[in-house]
Amino acid sequence: MPELRVMRETLPPPPEERRHLISVRDLTRDDVERLLATAASFEQSLEREVKKLPTLRGRTVVNLFYESSTRTSSSFELAAKRLSADTMSIKAAGSAVDKGESLKDTALTLSAYDPDVIVIRHPQIGAPHLVARVTDARIVNAGDGKHQHPTQALLDLYTMQRSLGRLEGLHVAVVGDVLHSRVARSLVQALDLVGARTTLVGPPALLPRGAEAMGCELSTDVAATRDADVVYVLRMQRERMQEGANYVPSLREYTARWGITPERVRPGQKVMHPGPMNRGVEIDPRVADAADALIVDQVRSGLVVRMAVLYDLLTAGPAPVPAAAAMEVA
Amino acid sequence: MLHAKSRRKENLVVRGARVLDPVAGVDAVMDVRVDCGVIAQLGTGLDTNEHHVVDAEGLVLAPAFVDPHVHLRTPGREDEESLASGTAAAAAGGYCAILAMPNTDPVVDSAAVLGALVEQARAEAEVPVGFLASVTKGQDGAELAELGELADAGAAGFSDDGRPVSSAGLMRRALQYASITGRRLALHCEEPTLSRAGQMHEGAVSAELGFAGYPSVAESLMVERDLALAAYEGEPIHLLHLSARESVEALRAARARGVEATAEVTPHHLCLTDEAVRTLDANLKMNPPLRSHADRAALVEALRDGTIGSIATDHAPHARHEKEVPFEAAPFGVTGLETAFAALYTHLVEPGLIPLETLLARLSDGPARAYGLDAPRIALGAPANLVLLDLAAEWRVDERGFRSRSSNSWLLGETLKGSVRLTVADGRLAYAA
Repeated sequence: MPELRVMRETLPPPPEERRHLISVRDLTRDDVERLLATAASFEQSLEREVKKLPTLRGRTVVNLFYESSTRTSSSFELAAKRLSADTMSIKAAGSAVDKGESLKDTALTLSAYDPDVIVIRHPQIGAPHLVARVTDARIVNAGDGKHQHPTQALLDLYTMQRSLGRLEGLHVAVVGDVLHSRVARSLVQALDLVGARTTLVGPPALLPRGAEAMGCELSTDVAATRDADVVYVLRMQRERMQEGANYVPSLREYTARWGITPERVRPGQKVMHPGPMNRGVEIDPRVADAADALIVDQVRSGLVVRMAVLYDLLTAGPAPVPAAAAMEVA
Repeated sequence: MLHAKSRRKENLVVRGARVLDPVAGVDAVMDVRVDCGVIAQLGTGLDTNEHHVVDAEGLVLAPAFVDPHVHLRTPGREDEESLASGTAAAAAGGYCAILAMPNTDPVVDSAAVLGALVEQARAEAEVPVGFLASVTKGQDGAELAELGELADAGAAGFSDDGRPVSSAGLMRRALQYASITGRRLALHCEEPTLSRAGQMHEGAVSAELGFAGYPSVAESLMVERDLALAAYEGEPIHLLHLSARESVEALRAARARGVEATAEVTPHHLCLTDEAVRTLDANLKMNPPLRSHADRAALVEALRDGTIGSIATDHAPHARHEKEVPFEAAPFGVTGLETAFAALYTHLVEPGLIPLETLLARLSDGPARAYGLDAPRIALGAPANLVLLDLAAEWRVDERGFRSRSSNSWLLGETLKGSVRLTVADGRLAYAA
């Protein structure tokens, strides 16, 4: 049978217009390296006394959050403020969304204020794409369902690079509920982009069938974390577990087989977690609080990486902010 | 079993077309004369008898199409489709007959609802339409509907389409009881405990996008169950919208053993794969979902060799605001009546995957026979059910061009080759471009 011709996938990519950050797939390796360098220069400037840069003065950043979030929404808001942008934060609860307004109409309403960037978190895959279609703003995906969370992946790369000095050739074991994790999907793609290796580890039903096509290895044995430079522990997403789905027999059994305990961590092996943690479920508190845990560093990285993302989307040039210039404005 | 509004039967001469009826073995350039809706003469240089003359040189005249699987959304969602708009869309797509599924609101599970639809079809339908009734009351999978009375009231067949008949025991009872009606059971094969919450085919693409998967085995397991029950009871079944390679293999093996099973496949499953879902376009969300390259290849091969005898659009109109939402929130289903021929001509015939003759047979003879309807024929004395096709015409699919009330087409913006110029349905002119 001749090669099957399929239309949409063979269409040429659309012309480059506004840039968005909806998926790690939107990024090249150069983009990632530029963003990490920009974040590093922001970190330097923030270590100085004045914590605010005038870079995005007069710009408007809207945070539109349809899911509860502490660290992501607060770090986007602070990132925008540190760059002197005007910010507006809308949470689904207490807004017109409660009255049944559709996502399209909410997006159209917000776009009447001409925002430069809309940061959106939504429980459904594809919500940021819909907002991108109906508004003129640049869209940053702060998490859409189980699909993507690209700024989390970038801050994780930034944290690894700072701690380990490199990304190329690193081996990262991602442990836990991969099936329901947008963090895992984004991270696997980002690590692949920068030349690092990933092994996904977890119970069989929580490793998505076909995931190896993303360029990673799969293992159901927690011993597969042994050789990794970084053990990346995922939250056991109880709120996403369908009742009676029987992904695992019990949390107790999960913890016994896949929980990251001190015995399962090699000296010098770094441990990361995107938060919020279930201490005593997927991660033993002794591991979470150990010196090799980078969990607090991840939160700190979140601020400068999100500053870099906003800066990058709103300024044309691909060049990183020179550290000297950052110091000058400070 | 088919109902349409009454209209003048046509007197017509179609001149100089390539007349192609692959099942009747007709393939010649000639004229066709229709007197009072009946094919009266075939040959060259026919007298016009003051009939309306259609100059069809360079065009193909074929038996018009039969769509065994359409959702007309009436009663209940007339904002999405009506009998008038849905049958007008069918006429524009080259169809001379369609069968409507009973998953309306209320469900077509009583002679009263069916009778009201038949009345309405006689007032509004542009092409003859038949109505399937549900297998179970309210399509809730618990109790048999009154299949005998529904058959007497004109049901064209029985289906709980949109849902499976989950209980094997009830499925068996339905097969047993349907045998006294002479109507076929049309089965939506889906094991709900495997497909639950599934948004798209389970595979590399769903793994990457994060969607809950609807695995092939959710379909093929139910196909195997229903084939086994049909074999045990010795009753015929029709399998709706097959999507998986394993389903095709089970069907082929059962047919080889003598099980009387027919099946249909949709244009979108024949043209697309789950790769297309990467766009997150809600017009690529349907049940069953688009599957892998291997599945698509198996469907094309089964269509070619006749294991699957029918092409069905599964035309499923949805209101614009219900599809303009994130993929996960969108309802399943896409439209197809007005694009089926062109999509399949462009993506299967032009690239050489199946011959034109096979496409025409699967769009017309196959579905008619699956439901025991008279198959459209280009033969002396046959009622005129004709479609005139321009194989060279290229056109762009645009929502403004649809006769359907909905425009949730998977082909919006695509340029297709092959257009319908004229449709004659049961001797009446139903559509002229």
